[in-house]
Amino acid sequence: MSKSLIVSLSPHVHGGDSVQKNMYGVIIALVPALLVSFYMFGLGALVVTLTSVIACVFFEWAIAKFILKSKRTTILDGSAILTGLLLGFNLPSNMPLWIIIIGALVAIGVGKMTFGGLGCNPFNPALVGRVFLLISFPVQMTSWPVTGQHLSYLDAETAATPLALMKSAIHGDASALSQLPDTLDLFLGMNPGCVGEISAVALLLGLVYMLWKKIITWHIPVSIIVTVFVFAGIMHLVNPEVYASPFTHLFTGGLMLGAIFMATDYVTSPMTHKGMIIYGVAIGFLTVVIRLFGAYPEGMSFAILIMNAFTPLINTYCKPKRFGEVVKK
Amino acid sequence: MKTFRIGGVHPSENKLSADKPIQIMELPKQVVLPLSQHIGAPAVALVKKGDVVKVGTKIAEAGGFVSAAIHSSVSGKVSKIDTVIDASGYRKPAIFIDVEGDEWEESIDRTPDLVKECNLTPEEIVAKVKEAGIVGMGGACFPAHVKLAPPPGAKAECVIINGVECEPYLTADHRLMLEKTEEILVGVSILMKAVKVNKAYIGIENNKPDAIRKMQEKAVLYPGIEIVPLKVKYPQGGEKQLIDAVIGRQVPAPPAIPINVGAVVQNVGTAYAVYEAVQKNKPLFERVVTVTGKSLKNPSNFLTRMGTPMSMLIEAAGGLPEDTGKVIGGGPMMGKALSTIEVPIAKGSSGVLIMNEKEAARGEAQPCIRCAKCVSACPMGLEPFLLATASSLSDWDKVEKEGIMSCIECGSCQFTCPSHRPMLDFIRLGKGKVGAIIRARNAKK
Amino acid sequence: MEVLLFAVVTLGGIGLVSAIVLFIASKKFAVYSDPRIAKVAEVLPQANCGGCGYPGCSGFAEACVKAGSLEGKLCPVGGQPVMAKVADILGLAAVESEPKVAVVRCNGTCANRPKLSRYDGVKSCAIAAATYGGETGCSYGCLGCGDCVKVCQFGAITINPETGIAEVDESKCTACGACVKACPKGIIELRNKGKNNRRVYVSCVNKDKGIIAKKACAASCIGCGKCVKTCPFGAITLENNLAYIDFNICKMCRKCVDECPQGAIQAINFPPRKPKAEPAADATVKPEVKAEPVAVKAETKTEAAAEGAKTVGEQTK
Repeated sequence: MSKSLIVSLSPHVHGGDSVQKNMYGVIIALVPALLVSFYMFGLGALVVTLTSVIACVFFEWAIAKFILKSKRTTILDGSAILTGLLLGFNLPSNMPLWIIIIGALVAIGVGKMTFGGLGCNPFNPALVGRVFLLISFPVQMTSWPVTGQHLSYLDAETAATPLALMKSAIHGDASALSQLPDTLDLFLGMNPGCVGEISAVALLLGLVYMLWKKIITWHIPVSIIVTVFVFAGIMHLVNPEVYASPFTHLFTGGLMLGAIFMATDYVTSPMTHKGMIIYGVAIGFLTVVIRLFGAYPEGMSFAILIMNAFTPLINTYCKPKRFGEVVKK
Repeated sequence: MKTFRIGGVHPSENKLSADKPIQIMELPKQVVLPLSQHIGAPAVALVKKGDVVKVGTKIAEAGGFVSAAIHSSVSGKVSKIDTVIDASGYRKPAIFIDVEGDEWEESIDRTPDLVKECNLTPEEIVAKVKEAGIVGMGGACFPAHVKLAPPPGAKAECVIINGVECEPYLTADHRLMLEKTEEILVGVSILMKAVKVNKAYIGIENNKPDAIRKMQEKAVLYPGIEIVPLKVKYPQGGEKQLIDAVIGRQVPAPPAIPINVGAVVQNVGTAYAVYEAVQKNKPLFERVVTVTGKSLKNPSNFLTRMGTPMSMLIEAAGGLPEDTGKVIGGGPMMGKALSTIEVPIAKGSSGVLIMNEKEAARGEAQPCIRCAKCVSACPMGLEPFLLATASSLSDWDKVEKEGIMSCIECGSCQFTCPSHRPMLDFIRLGKGKVGAIIRARNAKK
Repeated sequence: MEVLLFAVVTLGGIGLVSAIVLFIASKKFAVYSDPRIAKVAEVLPQANCGGCGYPGCSGFAEACVKAGSLEGKLCPVGGQPVMAKVADILGLAAVESEPKVAVVRCNGTCANRPKLSRYDGVKSCAIAAATYGGETGCSYGCLGCGDCVKVCQFGAITINPETGIAEVDESKCTACGACVKACPKGIIELRNKGKNNRRVYVSCVNKDKGIIAKKACAASCIGCGKCVKTCPFGAITLENNLAYIDFNICKMCRKCVDECPQGAIQAINFPPRKPKAEPAADATVKPEVKAEPVAVKAETKTEAAAEGAKTVGEQTK
């Protein structure tokens, strides 16, 4: 025979899915939210997201090349771009550049590469970066520019977010809840907040896209949203003077962004559908607990990080249902 | 529409030869008949060098209960008993026969007439099936008579016939169902009689509407046979998946077998072979083989004598293309890649698939991103990523506990993996090791 | 003052209670272990390679202490000196045993054994062996994926990139046998190290018929049996088309080496022969050569020569 044949075990065909396709799929799903943020925050949003993405990709490349000395470059698989985007989305649009770069270094360096890169990190890297910044630079991280200032960046005017208003209502400010924007504005994104988290409708559009492309399953986002709605709803019914309506809870802060894009991160979420629901319910519960009873106005990132830590445990105990365990109908 | 309940994937079907009628392959100059064309003990040769044989002459007898006889597929002279590289990729003993003419054993009924009546007792049928050397024609090659003789305590309730052909590319069973419809139905009736049941289901995937229609038309003449159209999903042709899809029962984890839920599963090709053996006295020495591939000139279905080299079939289908990378015995999901095209057609050769270099290359493996797509795809409800990792670390206790022996090696996990991880390679390794450990443990008891 | 006192009393109290609990637990749940086990384990190399057949060094130490005799027990890594120490501790007689070394019985280099197909699976011999017979026509030979390299804890095995075959560095090999177990083809064997590291062995495990074996590999044993007839000591047996030299009987006369038409029998670490100096009659038993072994050997096989050279290099260091 003139030419030698290739031999390997079956299967000999592949479905054509790839890491890149999934990562870029998520990035595409983030585009509506990105557009809304440009519309709302203008220049600031552009500067913050762009800096964050470039910094994350740079750190991933630099760490892989100079510290880990690995030959393969992983920056093209889209995961660093995604981390950068999500980190940027979690910052206010008037964030100074140097803080963003520190955040990117922590996210990629500490959150991801120390554990061995893609697939090995126990915590969502973007959230590690965000929480690090939140604790280190609380002032910068909690002064939110008002929407509609298209050409301002560091000098943008700031205002209290709906979450801060909700917190002060709990602390006894009776008039706080009445200052909240109406629910439709919240849903569309007409409120101060982080770059990418403000518009629930844009994020939900991303969710629909990811479900359609089968990048994620419905289990995590739906279980988080339902839990938050039910729990916040019960609290609202108990005392509507102090606790805001469940819709307000759903459409403010990082809830949608977290539920749809952060909690569903493949690497740090459970593997089975049953596990995903437990994980989602716990995140929803913890978020509301932190929002209503904790020190911080927003609890989404903490809740996700806490549940990230439980993911291995959930994986150990939530096994898929094996074939043959139900013998007869 | 019915289908199985857990996991599954949708590979592109690529049934290139679906509308190509079965052609009769010409006789080769020499056939090579491996003694091990089935699961179980190899057959024992009955002939020696220089013996003259006819078509249908028994040349090797079963080497145990789980084993099958082998019959000559040609007339001529035994030239030697030597070794040949078969689909397993190893040299195995085989009988080489030089072809002279085409003289059949007198007992074989060569007329094309349909013989419907069968007055044999179940025991006589099983004996005839055994004598004819029939094995499962779907690819697993489990001797058919063993399945027809349920172990004590187990009782068959129905026969399920596998007309699913869920492997992409392959069309042999599809063509057989279209062209030998009534013969298959008579074969199924005989199988029902053999296991003493009066209900049979023929599961056919919905991507073969012509076969479903034709089988349904004819099946009304045969009491107890029901055609079950199934939703297209791989691996529906897996025995356990098919039982789940058709009668909604799940076979428990090994060592349980289908008969534990009252089902006897056979392939349509097997049903046809049973018809020929019982009604026409024709032992199993030829089968339909699909020769296919995107780069092949004429993808075709051939009725081929056993022992014909694959190279001859490829030649008849337009010759081996220049850019061939892989030649696969069987379908793309579970077939074996061959190291040479001189491998002889055996009882389990359902197809020969040619892939070009580009199709054949495996994607570069990337780190697992724990997307859990393999978990969703696994039709056995296992966690392939976990099995593969533990297996690569030689943690045999863990993989056994995680149910590695339930794996049916369908390849859905690897097919769906975005990181192109060669999970099934490791799982097969682990399965082999754990199987050996379990056997050693049982032997000790 | 009161606060201070309170703190001291509380902390002291917790400490006291804990101490009592720990004391009771240590008495109640104490497990007696023979102090000699720890002593024996101390002298063992702590490689935990399992070469002795016990789970790790502590397992071996326990077995030695419990057995009451050192018959059949050998730490292949530590060898005789370590076993002597163990015998000392236990007051038992040390049992003599021949030092061994792992030998790769395949010479199917890329030149000897042309590749007929391309393996594209996971780089693991076990998986390649489950896939098919291998890239070459010989389904018995070294697959070159390095399962033995992975299991060797002493870095004694490498895959030579030029030949594609595993090579043992005999100065590092401790004969723990891990590679023997790892090789799915059963190519690696533990053989007597031999005097001055000299060994004669059949470097092939192909059981195919001669004609097939010869076609597949230029250095294969074709089962012709010439060596069997030549051997004056009856050390060579021929089974399934394959010759095997029993290292307990072989006197290393090297007659078989010259006789083998395929060059499949290897003689390693022998000094070069004087070119045609004497008739072969006196070669029945090799006289001891006092000179240091020289880095050349009778065979022209490149890799064996390289191996010899390496050994000598290390000896002269």
